[in-house]
Parts: sequence; structure tokens; C-alpha cells
Amino acid sequence: MKNAIEVKDLDFYYGKFKALSKVNIDVRRNEITALIGPSGCGKSTFLRCLNRMNDLIPGIKAEGSIKVEGVEINNGTTDLVDLRKKVGMVFQRPNPFPLSIFENVAFGPKIHRMAKGDELKDIVKSSLQKVLLWDEFKDKLNKNALSLTLEQQQRLCIARLVAVRPDILLMDEPCSALDPVAIQKIEDLMRFLKKDYTIIIVTHNMQQAARVSDRTGFFLLGELIEFSETDKIFTAPSDKRTEEYITGRYG
Amino acid sequence: MIKKFFESLIEKAIFISGITAIAIVVLIFIFLLKESVYFFLNNNLAEILFGMDWYPISEPPKFGFLPLILGSVLVTVGAIVIAVPVGLAAAIYISEVAPGWFKEILKTGIELLAAIPSIVLGFVGIVVLAPFIRNLFNLPSGLTAFAGSIMLAFMAMPTIVSIIEDAINSVPKSYREGSLALGATHLQTIRRVILPAASSGIMAAVMLGIGRVIGETMAVLMVTGNAAIMPTSILQPVRTLTATIAAEMGEVIQGSMHYYALFGIGFVLFVITFFINLAADMFLHRKKS
Ligand SMILES: Nc1ncnc2c1ncn2[C@@H]1O[C@H](COP(=O)(O)OP(=O)(O)O)[C@@H](O)[C@H]1O
Ligand SMILES: [Mg+2]
Repeated sequence: MKNAIEVKDLDFYYGKFKALSKVNIDVRRNEITALIGPSGCGKSTFLRCLNRMNDLIPGIKAEGSIKVEGVEINNGTTDLVDLRKKVGMVFQRPNPFPLSIFENVAFGPKIHRMAKGDELKDIVKSSLQKVLLWDEFKDKLNKNALSLTLEQQQRLCIARLVAVRPDILLMDEPCSALDPVAIQKIEDLMRFLKKDYTIIIVTHNMQQAARVSDRTGFFLLGELIEFSETDKIFTAPSDKRTEEYITGRYG
Repeated sequence: MIKKFFESLIEKAIFISGITAIAIVVLIFIFLLKESVYFFLNNNLAEILFGMDWYPISEPPKFGFLPLILGSVLVTVGAIVIAVPVGLAAAIYISEVAPGWFKEILKTGIELLAAIPSIVLGFVGIVVLAPFIRNLFNLPSGLTAFAGSIMLAFMAMPTIVSIIEDAINSVPKSYREGSLALGATHLQTIRRVILPAASSGIMAAVMLGIGRVIGETMAVLMVTGNAAIMPTSILQPVRTLTATIAAEMGEVIQGSMHYYALFGIGFVLFVITFFINLAADMFLHRKKS
């Protein structure tokens, strides 16, 4: 099976408002999939269906099938703890906990009772190495995470996910709070992480989608208009609306 | 023109009220200082602070503050040990667990608790609590430090609950999301993310609770048994600093050393509350920066 995620006919409602309609998408393993589209078109909503974070909002309804590694997760019997261990999420604004660097990364392994003592230290080390923070902070693990730069905080948030050994990383505009240099570094990091993880990134920045992703999906008003190889989307889109969007006719 | 005049008038009135408030505080402090300095200068300071006997009207009188200080400390510590865990649990329940409509009912209930005059609580303490404690522990009298602690815990609870609840509510939503997205349960999120993030607010609540408790007089006077002896157990009657002043000020001969000693107690109380409020302030301030 090549697909990490398979979504079939997904409809999503906030109360009476239909935010997604008939979304079908297959996300391949160890690829970066970008989701683009004007703001308010449902990108975040879709992403949050994949780890069921929308469940926190009262009055929502998600209909259709979402399979993660072949297992249906859009039903009442899904174990959300397991799901979220497997499908991690990086948020728009870096949100490290107001704890030390070490405690941030150790958070997941601790709550899931994955390791303690030296084993835990090893996980923290390898996670920080993965996001290229280890060399700079190996002697400052007690530093408060909030004192890092935004870019470092975002890296730390990724390290925090990596520590629970997920298969899939969801990133919701992970660079929107960062400056261009930092953005480039995070993009490098994503390319580096691709060999171990399946990554889905929401971005309002089309250049970013073009730079990092293998496949791109274009959302408009809750519908997935087009989904194919990134090259194709940006050079020869098959839908007129996609073309209009990438040539800058929508906001 | 007239509008301007009124505005400046109102400004001045506000300024004068503000200054008056500060001036009154300063005057009270000076008065307290003046009366107590006389006492502290005319007695051995070590004998006062560490003296174990409070016999203000024996001959010669003994003005040892220690039993009174320990009485206050015992009752206060007892009250805080009861009020903080209960208050913390209540605040967590209200802000994290209770459904919307019930939340409002609980908050109103806690505000009502704050509105009960302390003498009424003291009365309930004498009539209900003291006999209960006497029977429970098989004591000669239920009027003990423990009874005082329980009464004071009730009084400190509203302050503690509402400040902790505020602290919890001001924890950014993004911390909660980050934790849940890592697969943490609601309880793990509360314990490992929300409470640590709210910790300085929680400490401030504890400090303000202590401040509220240590200055309270009426209820303690009524339920603690009022024996100015060195306490050895929380199940003994004790006499607090505040209760001593309240009980003795009415009968004391103006200008006697006993009279000045009561001001000395007042001064000690003032210093203690001042530092506790300062600590609370520091915690609240740290939270903001
Ligand atoms: N919690 C919510 N309650 C109601 N409507 C929401 C909520 N969150 C988002 N929406 C609506 O759903 C639509 C899609 O939002 P979103 O997924 O955030 O879009 P995007 O991430 O593409 O900008 C928007 O019209 C938005 O107003
Ligand atoms: Mg969004």
C-alpha cells in the first residue's frame, strides 16, 4: 500500500454550515503533500479532520471515510490517543509549552509512558538532532522554550512530535509567523524529514508549495478542485479555477 | 467652557480621594508604629518574640508573643492545607469540566460564600462544627485550632477559587491544543500543561488566601477556644494574634504596658500581612511579564 491516508467523500459541517464537501484524496507515504487555496476554503478544517482535532468544537459533523494506514478513523470507536500519536500536528503559531526544552520534547514520551531515565534522554537527543537543534542546545536543555526564536520554537514543536514517533506530520501554515530566512530553514527541514514521515502542509504561499511539495491539492469553497503532481498543478493545471488561482486572480 | 470646568473639578476630586486614601493608610501606619515602638523599646525584644508566656495582667506581666504567633500560624497553615487542595479542585472543575450552565451556578455559589459575614460563619462554627469535632476526636471541647482552620478555609476559599480560575482561563488555548494534538488526555493536559502554566497565579491565590486568613478575627475568636498557651497539636485550643487584640482591647487600661503590647501585636501582624501581600504581588506580576 502506497497510501498513508485515503479520504473518500468527506463532508464536514460546523453546525449547519458545510465547510467541506465530497473531498476525495489519497496521500502517498513519504511524500510532501501541499494544500493550497484562498483563506476560508477549508484547508485547516480538512487537516484537523485527519487527527480529529475538530472534535473539540461543539456541533461539528464529519461524514465520509478517512483511512489512516488502512484503518478507518472517522467513526465513534477510534482511539484518539492512538490516532494523535500516529498523526502529529504543527500549528500556525509555534506553541511550545512554557517548560524547558527538555520537558517539551519529553512531554509526549512521558504521557505515553514510552520511556524514562536514560532512554528518555536518548529520545530527546535524537528528536532534537532530527530538527537540527541538538548541537546548539545540548548544554542548555533546561532553558525555557519560550526564550527561543520563533523559528527555533517551531523546530522544537516538530521535535516534540517526532519524539512520539508519528508516521504522519500535519503542518498548518507552519511558516506564517517566520521571516524568509527561517522559512527556508524550515523548508530544508521538511525535505530532510520526508524520508521518515509523510507530510501534509497547508500553506497560503504558492511558492512554498511549489518549492517543497511532491503533490499539491487546490481547495476552493470547501471542495478539492484539483489534486496532482506539484509540477503539473503549477505548469499545466487541468481546471480553469486552479489556473486562475495560481496566476493570482483570487486573494 | 462649563464642560471643561466640570472636567477639571472631577479630576481634582478623584485626585483628592486618591491622596486621602494613601494619607489615611500612612497615618494608620504611623499611629501603629508610634504606639508599638514605645512597647518594643521598653521591653526585651527577644523575650517578646520568643517568650512562651502571655500573662499580660500578672505581676510582673509577661508579654511573650510566641504562643500567639504559633496560634496564628497553626490556624493559618491548617486553613491553607484544607483550602488550597479543595479550592484548586473546585477551580479546575469549574473552568475545565463543568458544563456552561452549571459553571454559572457554581460561580454564583462561591460568590455567595464570600458574602457570608464572618460572624455568621463563626456562629455556625460554634453550634455545628465544634460539637462535631468534639465527638469525632473525643475531646473535652471542640473549640480548637482545627475548628478555626476549617472556618477560615471556608473564608479563604472564594478568593482562592476565583484567582486560580482566572489563572487557568488565561492559559493560552494553543497550549491546550498542542498537548491534545500529541495524544494527551484532558486530564494529562490539565496536570502537565495547564496547571504548570498557571502556577504563578496559583501561588498568588495561595498567598492572598493566607493574607485573608491571617487577618481574620471574628470567626477565630469564636471557635478556637482562646487559650494563650503554647500549642502542641491542632486539636488544642489556641489564641491567635488577631483574637488577642480583639478580646483584650476592650478591657485594657489606656496607657498601660498591656495597652502598648496590643499595639505591638498589631505591628507584628501588619508586618506579616505586608510581606504576604508583597509575595502575592510578585507572583501575579511574574505571570504578566
Ligand atoms: N470553529 C468554527 N466554527 C464555525 N465555522 C468555522 C470554524 N472554523 C472555521 N470555520 C469556517 O469554515 C470555513 C473554513 O475555515 P478554515 O478551514 O479555517 O479555512 P482555511 O484554513 O482554508 O483558511 C470558513 O468559512 C470558516 O469561517
Ligand atoms: Mg487555516
